[in-house]
Amino acid sequence: MAEDVWILGINMTKFGKHPDKDTIDLAAQAALAALADAGVTMKEMGVLAAGNLMGGAGGIGQNLQKQIGQTGIPVYNVANACATGATALRTAVMSVKAGESDFGLAVGVEKLAGAGLLAGGSRKSDDKTWTPAGRYGAVAAIDGRIGTETMPGVFAQIGVEYGHRYGGTSFEMFARISEKNHAHSTLNPLAAYTKRMTLEEIMGDVMIAYPNTRPMCSANCDGAAAAVVVSDSRLRTLSLEQQRRAVKISASVLTTDPWEEACQVLPNVNTLTRNAAKQAYESAGVGPEDLDLVELHDCFATAELVHYDNLMLCEQGGAADFFNSGATWRDGKMPVNVSGGLESKGHPIAATGIANIWEICQHLRNEAGERQIQGAKVGLAHVIGLGSACGIHILEKAAA
Amino acid sequence: MAAQVPLVDYLALGGEPHLVASECTQCGARYFDRRNACANCSATEFKKVDVPTQGTVRAFTIVSFAAPGIPVPFVSAIVDCDGTSVRANLVNIDPDPEHVRTGLKVRLTTFPIGTDEAGTEAIGFGFEPAA
Repeated sequence: MAEDVWILGINMTKFGKHPDKDTIDLAAQAALAALADAGVTMKEMGVLAAGNLMGGAGGIGQNLQKQIGQTGIPVYNVANACATGATALRTAVMSVKAGESDFGLAVGVEKLAGAGLLAGGSRKSDDKTWTPAGRYGAVAAIDGRIGTETMPGVFAQIGVEYGHRYGGTSFEMFARISEKNHAHSTLNPLAAYTKRMTLEEIMGDVMIAYPNTRPMCSANCDGAAAAVVVSDSRLRTLSLEQQRRAVKISASVLTTDPWEEACQVLPNVNTLTRNAAKQAYESAGVGPEDLDLVELHDCFATAELVHYDNLMLCEQGGAADFFNSGATWRDGKMPVNVSGGLESKGHPIAATGIANIWEICQHLRNEAGERQIQGAKVGLAHVIGLGSACGIHILEKAAA
Repeated sequence: MAAQVPLVDYLALGGEPHLVASECTQCGARYFDRRNACANCSATEFKKVDVPTQGTVRAFTIVSFAAPGIPVPFVSAIVDCDGTSVRANLVNIDPDPEHVRTGLKVRLTTFPIGTDEAGTEAIGFGFEPAA
């Protein structure tokens, strides 16, 4: 067995609008703060993994080094849709586990404030003559003609399909999930939106793709998050304070979607999440009943519901009853997205898969302030990148 | 009559319009796109199979916000055609949750989507309520 890997320092920037900062500014802010939190510097880092999905220019890792420390270490620029941040972290973890590095730095950053639809957001006009092109031999754009390619629409169908299979869902129930997350974010000063919304406000807002209205969709915003990881043996040489605040990565899992009927017609976000969860619980030696809090990928209210089931927080098919029981509110038996989630904290894509881990660490370190989940010892962070990739990390409070 | 071309090459026009899938000869997995190999078993032999034109709505969304140029609202759905899942718009139905529901029985229908400069008409497809 490879040795354990720990999070030594971690940080997320305020999510929201940062018109005066560019992508590198945000990445540098999070990275420097994570290093300071860890009590180490770039000189100790043996590997850097960095992700930025929508920035266009490559080499986010090298561009970041040029601002905070060109030490000559290997850089991995990673891209895995909405799982990019988790993939960056896992890349640093793998390097430490492989014995190549004692310390690693993972960074995710995105500038998305004001962005609209991220997929299916544009449609080229029809050609002057019908000419078959692409893998479907399409003579014209198919988004809107053969179903939808937009994320709100795809995830709406995923939630509606769950309701068709198991029952218990409704527009109002999905809106109540969003009501929960918007209520949670009122305690999170780093969230993009911290305003509580009533059920009526959520249901009466602009409809994007039924049953998802605008506040039921993840919020495009700017933000970055970064984490410093360290090997178990190296951690033992550090100060008692560093050891006390270190958070154990009990599981770091990445899966993709195995082929199933229909998966190329409607992405299946269920099986790869369930597979990742099984691996993560097995690897960490814990079960869903041991979790004190969960940050899961609520890119849309309809998505949060299906992941209750996929992460086995409830019985199979029982997600609607589970939510209706109040379990996933911050005072429930399984608090989910106490940060406000992607719907209210915001979703700067490549930052999300590290920011959700920052949230868990805040609670495990007993540093979450007003929103602290008392006595939290074990937490799970989950992201899905459509296409698909699923990252799950299980984190545990230091024993000391 | 103007020449016609299907919107996508897996829509067969002619007598009774229907969709055609590529079926893996080894494992039976079905696809609508051009294939390099089977995503399920990696085999490379496929045969064309007709997909039933009747089906059941398994999932849907009513899209109210889309890219410029796409008429909204429209209904996007996943239709289970006797075991083969198809993505399509639902048509000839009011695009609201009072009329659209999962479990609805639907059938394939085709319609013109436009005529190009050569006078060729492109034909699209959707599913409409069967009853």
